[in-house]
Amino acid sequence: MTPGRLAAWLLLAALVFAAAGLAAGGDGWSLDWFEDWPLLAGIRAPRTLGALLAGACLGLSGAIAQGLFRNPLADPYLLGSAAGAALGVTLVVAAGGLAGASPLLADADVLARVGLVAAAFCGALAGVGATLALSGGTARPTVLLLSGVVVGVIAAAVSDLLTLLAPEALRGRQAFMLGTTSFLGWTGVALLAASLAACLPVAVRTARALDALVLGEAAAASLGLDLPRLRLLLVATMALATGAAVAQVGLVGFVGLAAPHLVRRAVVVTHGRLLALSALAGGVLLAAADVAARSVIAPRELPVGLLTAVLGGAYLLVLLRRRGAS
Amino acid sequence: MLEADGLCVALGARPVLDRVSLRLAPGRWTAIVGPNGAGKSTLLSALAGLRPAAAGSLRLDGRPLGAWTPRERAMRIAWLDQHGEAEGDLAAREVVALGRLPHLGLLGAPGPADRAIVDAAMRETECEAFAGRRLDALSGGERQRVLIARVLAVEAGVLLLDEPTTHLDAPHQRALLRSLRARAARGAAVATVLHDLGLALAADRLLVLAGGRVAADGPPADSAVREALVQAFDGAIRILHVPDGPAAAGAADGRWIVMTED
Repeated sequence: MTPGRLAAWLLLAALVFAAAGLAAGGDGWSLDWFEDWPLLAGIRAPRTLGALLAGACLGLSGAIAQGLFRNPLADPYLLGSAAGAALGVTLVVAAGGLAGASPLLADADVLARVGLVAAAFCGALAGVGATLALSGGTARPTVLLLSGVVVGVIAAAVSDLLTLLAPEALRGRQAFMLGTTSFLGWTGVALLAASLAACLPVAVRTARALDALVLGEAAAASLGLDLPRLRLLLVATMALATGAAVAQVGLVGFVGLAAPHLVRRAVVVTHGRLLALSALAGGVLLAAADVAARSVIAPRELPVGLLTAVLGGAYLLVLLRRRGAS
Repeated sequence: MLEADGLCVALGARPVLDRVSLRLAPGRWTAIVGPNGAGKSTLLSALAGLRPAAAGSLRLDGRPLGAWTPRERAMRIAWLDQHGEAEGDLAAREVVALGRLPHLGLLGAPGPADRAIVDAAMRETECEAFAGRRLDALSGGERQRVLIARVLAVEAGVLLLDEPTTHLDAPHQRALLRSLRARAARGAAVATVLHDLGLALAADRLLVLAGGRVAADGPPADSAVREALVQAFDGAIRILHVPDGPAAAGAADGRWIVMTED
């Protein structure tokens, strides 16, 4: 398959799932978009669009992570962003709980929700910042990865401690950890769109460095690349895209891992195209998972993160078996 | 022209190179030889500017190596690493095209001239046939030819190749040495680390490294250089001369073969 054809198929799939996202409702499928207009414009449209954009952010981050660490199993959450975001949310919910308020995600008013989104975003960036500080920069990728693990473990421990102190925080934290698109509004869509618009061009323009890293660290340096600076730029881009997605939809797993894989299986491309196509594939994956999560046990909903975790886990297993076999 | 003067390099606390001085002159192919752990690969990566020197100086075209920007240096010195840790899903042709990166920069798009250079480099190492295949899907020898073509595509004045013949079959080894000779004839300074001493003895110049020091530096025809080579391997090898034909008189017209002593 040519990259152009893959892009065309992905765009078509995005349109199909976007249409399905607009049609999927709590009481079955409805195609009468005129009658449903308030519901469409107020809830389903931002949700569907937000799922596409958040998936694109995750797909892009995953492709950057896999190129940066030269590891096809690398994930955008590796550098402490997920644990940091979870800690941020737990902190806010627990603080609210301790202060007597109850900003649970499910019944949070707009202000509380904005606070949670901001907390998740700041937490994600703080997590990556702590990882970078701990590893002393990006010069040693293995140390960077290990630092990410350490930050993840510590942040999770602090989150656990907070939930022990304020048990009410558990539900809010759990809703966030499961991953859901149900809180997406137009503000969230705008934030996601802005993040993607900022990250995608930077990543694509730096992608040649990821191509060079295919040769190994030293050979890439011998090509005159300023690797420390480029790596920092890519880590920052990854953190921003991941943070934006995590803040809006919670911890949706495996989209960032699977999207670049699906693209690489279909086409042989340079990282410039891989990043752009992975963003597209990530968007399609999350939009598809979102439609499924809304319709599988309708009128109730599955948390979309649960669905991507199950499907992604199965995919990863197949992938590992194939790799083992070859 | 790349010159080292009194170069000392340490890996961590361990000194690896001890006051190494050499000159890689245009038009000449130098083979760097020596036993395992002699510091050959460290020397080559230090010459490429990829390892800091603890002492001594490196000069490229008369200017200290550190005074060139990384990109300027990368346009003038092409380096092939020993282990070839290259792996990934990049197509072979895109890997070779990375050789143009120092000239184009991160954002530059390759023009017709760059594409012609990439094509020529791939022809030179005979890897056009698998240009569209992923690096991970190639055999060891095919991959090595792609990586060598990547180095050649830089069109650098100084070529530093660490074990370029690894994984190559005998005809491709010979073909590689022919292309390196041709590059040298066109004015490049070529240095290769070689374990195959028979191939190394075909070079214009032999740099014998032992224990991080230069044991000898001169043409293979020089008996003192050959003697130093035998000494570097503790007398475990023997170097014999095979004349090319009945007309061959001097050592330079024949071939050297290396035998290991049992």
